[in-house]
Amino acid sequence: MEQKYEAVIGLEIHAELQTRSKMFCACPADYAHAESPNTHICPICTGQPGTLPVVNRAALEQGIQVALALHCTIPPLNIFARKNYYYPDLPKGYQISQYEMPLAVNGWVEVPVGKEGTLQRIRIRRVHLEEDTAKLFHQGDRSLIDFNRAGVPLLEIVSEPDMHSVDAVLAYAMHIRNVLRYLGVNSGDMQKGVLRFEANISVRPAGSQELRTRTEIKNLNSFRALTRATAYEIRRQIAIYESGGQVLQETLGWDEEHEVTLSQRSKEHAHDYRYFPEPDLPPLQIEAAWVEALRAALPELPEARRQRFIEAYGLPVAEARILTAEKSLADYFEAVLPQTQASPREVSSWMIGEFLRHLNERQIEVEAVPFPPQALAELLNLVAQRTITMATAKEVLREMFESGAMPQVIVEARGLAQIADEATLMPLIEQVLQENPQVVESYLNGKESVFQWLMGQVARATRGKADPQLTRQLLQSRLDALRRSRL
Amino acid sequence: MDLYSLTITQAHELLRQRKISSLELTQAVLERIREVDGQIGAYLTVTEGVALEQARQADERLRRGERVTPLTGIPFGVKDSIVTEGIRTTCGSRILEHYVPPYQATAVRRLLEAGAVLLGKHNLDEFSMGSSTENSAFFPTRNPWDLKRVPGGSSGGSAAAVAAGECFFALGGDTGGSIRLPAAFCNVVGLKPTYGRVSRYGLIALASSFDTIGPLTRTVEDAALVLQVIAGQDAHDATSLAQPVPDYAAQLQRPVKGLRLGLPREYFVPGMEAGVEAALQEAIRQFERLGMEIREVSLPHTPYALAVYYLILFAEASANLARFDGVRFGSAAQQAQTIPELYLETRGKGFGAEVKRRIMLGAYTLSAGYYDAYYLKAQRVRTLLRQDFERAFEVCDVLLTPVSPGVAFRLGEKTADPLAMYLSDVYLVATNPAGVPALALPCGFSEGLPVGMQLIARHGEEALLFQVGHAYQQVTEWHKMRPALGR
Repeated sequence: MEQKYEAVIGLEIHAELQTRSKMFCACPADYAHAESPNTHICPICTGQPGTLPVVNRAALEQGIQVALALHCTIPPLNIFARKNYYYPDLPKGYQISQYEMPLAVNGWVEVPVGKEGTLQRIRIRRVHLEEDTAKLFHQGDRSLIDFNRAGVPLLEIVSEPDMHSVDAVLAYAMHIRNVLRYLGVNSGDMQKGVLRFEANISVRPAGSQELRTRTEIKNLNSFRALTRATAYEIRRQIAIYESGGQVLQETLGWDEEHEVTLSQRSKEHAHDYRYFPEPDLPPLQIEAAWVEALRAALPELPEARRQRFIEAYGLPVAEARILTAEKSLADYFEAVLPQTQASPREVSSWMIGEFLRHLNERQIEVEAVPFPPQALAELLNLVAQRTITMATAKEVLREMFESGAMPQVIVEARGLAQIADEATLMPLIEQVLQENPQVVESYLNGKESVFQWLMGQVARATRGKADPQLTRQLLQSRLDALRRSRL
Repeated sequence: MDLYSLTITQAHELLRQRKISSLELTQAVLERIREVDGQIGAYLTVTEGVALEQARQADERLRRGERVTPLTGIPFGVKDSIVTEGIRTTCGSRILEHYVPPYQATAVRRLLEAGAVLLGKHNLDEFSMGSSTENSAFFPTRNPWDLKRVPGGSSGGSAAAVAAGECFFALGGDTGGSIRLPAAFCNVVGLKPTYGRVSRYGLIALASSFDTIGPLTRTVEDAALVLQVIAGQDAHDATSLAQPVPDYAAQLQRPVKGLRLGLPREYFVPGMEAGVEAALQEAIRQFERLGMEIREVSLPHTPYALAVYYLILFAEASANLARFDGVRFGSAAQQAQTIPELYLETRGKGFGAEVKRRIMLGAYTLSAGYYDAYYLKAQRVRTLLRQDFERAFEVCDVLLTPVSPGVAFRLGEKTADPLAMYLSDVYLVATNPAGVPALALPCGFSEGLPVGMQLIARHGEEALLFQVGHAYQQVTEWHKMRPALGR
């Protein structure tokens, strides 16, 4: 059914900027670490009569850097505007935002979509700065307001409706998050609400170029909510067209629990925000030299780093993509490299395999790994030097994640060093063969596949410490000897 | 002469010579307020305790000769649209009847730092919307020259207080004549500085791109002394001007011979009261006698000034007044069950009729579909108004115009007709969209009531206004006339 239709999706991403102070006053912007509600506030961000906004230059700089990373054009004149609406979380009764003459326009990104990772270009319509609202808390029949978040700088990144699948939406959203993290302007911590999405969705017959009525889903605060809500909304609109109905232009909310979109506002009740230029803030001249200085100060961005990983370290494209998808992961990788004898490919496969598996299992970010890159480098050295086996290394890594201890300490304390001498291994092999006469019998009768099983038994008897190469050699020669004795 | 009717210059001289103390001066004015304010109604709040304490501190400064400025020990009042930290600031509205600001307006802070003594807060039209002070939610202020007449507005309390000996100077606010009209009606000097010359931080906004804070005084020289203290860039106001503040007093004595005085023909049209016209013609002859060259000039877009002024004012005011929602400060509906109820009740009861009218008109002109026809077009004509002044100043140095077509009108005379009220400011409004400075000063009487003239100069040329105004006051006596009050 879905092949008959094509979804047309545009995304608005709201990203809080990690500046020291708020967008228009000197209050700390870090509301997440406020000791209690309404402590990071002042007359300005609570909208006291007579107060005036003053633009935070750091927010402008961060915004321009993001825009440059998204290949945008920075117009020479930057104008703030008042977006008028009433809500208790909006202190002034208007939000200072941008309308005409935003910070940046006409950008693009290329993102790998789906399992094949086909690169798709998604255009950015505009990037603008605005201020965040306060937070409302509902307690029974009353509501409380915490203004610590009011006035925190927000960057709104608006794409063109260039996405046609949930995969593309996810790839785009993850890419933007990654760019923000590479630039160090946003933690990407979705649970704290520092990134929020709004999706504009319509569907049309496949092959058509028309733009049909779209709906807007607001306040999607996780990748999961974003993808599920988008998928649901595409299905819902297709079902409406299939039954001969018409999609209504409306604003929707996502019901996380029931996984449905719900109407919040129809077109008839759409807000008229009565935008007009903010008279309290003169138009800002954005000097070309300033923009160029900010461009020159841009750190290496994900695409460039991915390319470098492929070229400099000989990594496969897929691995380079995974490693660079998180700045912290790529940083970790490059911190391990110079300290280990293991090759970049080996380090890469360890990190993408075991290391990431632990992060996922433990639901932690790279920053929360309890041991330094040097520790992982040493662990890989122990493998390269055949001091421990691969199996032992995996066990040591688990313990490193649990205790944060250095690998040598774990290996010594638990006696995990590899058993690589014949005198110790041979009696163990003898024992395994004696305890499993039927298996030995079937091997001698030609069922050679049980060899691997016997290897496993030896490994088990040594708790994984047996040097696999030597074990294989000794076991093979012992079995060969038995076969010869039968002849 | 009574202490309370001295000029700042005279009072400063007595203080400096230690012939009187600030405490005596302050007590004399407080006594005067007790004596006459029952009839005038200039004060909404008298801060006697604060004033006496500040007077003692000023006397200490004077005694030690430390940090003595021309304003040290001089008692003043502040229009109640300018916030005073810890002192109730109502803006003439029920909605702020009990509002105590948590911060200090920059202009007030600078005056207090200079050692001036704060007597209290002056009555005004609610949210500075009006030309007669009859729109005060509390009581009207009466003209000290005729208690049946209005003092003008919206800074009516301030002008009446200066005229009646209830303070030595006042801080007023001028958005479209609010300092100059009452100055003329009450026979005092009022300056609307260049937009941005005095920080707006702490001025409860009416129209942000027009609003200015300026002094009301008994002489031009006094106005120069006050502007000297309050002018200058402020980190809290992004629209405040960076240009250094000149030494105004040093330029006061310069001769005006050879300066070109422009008479805009669009301002000398039928409709002016005969007595007003006669006074102005006499003033022009006086300037001629002082050696100034008289030029007729044209400000061709003057007929559109009132429309431009009100369209932009309504729009900006509608947003500026959105913050009065009963959530964070001010009077709030106590019985509201829903958010719309809270807004409707708070604002419905808290705002007066003129405020509501302007909010509705502003919201309307900014609405989708009307924005281009009203707000945008008004902004375009605003540019033409500004160019009018630029062209006029190519052929003259200072413009002279009437302040108002008539003298102070009777209470109730224009309250039923908002348009008639708006027309009181017809000669005053163009300067605010253009941003240029304008000085109103006494130039005669018509049937026993004061007549004022307006001098207008280029951006940033307040010194020139003071120079011309001061030269005039050296050869005339109008500004020395005091109303016969109370005795």
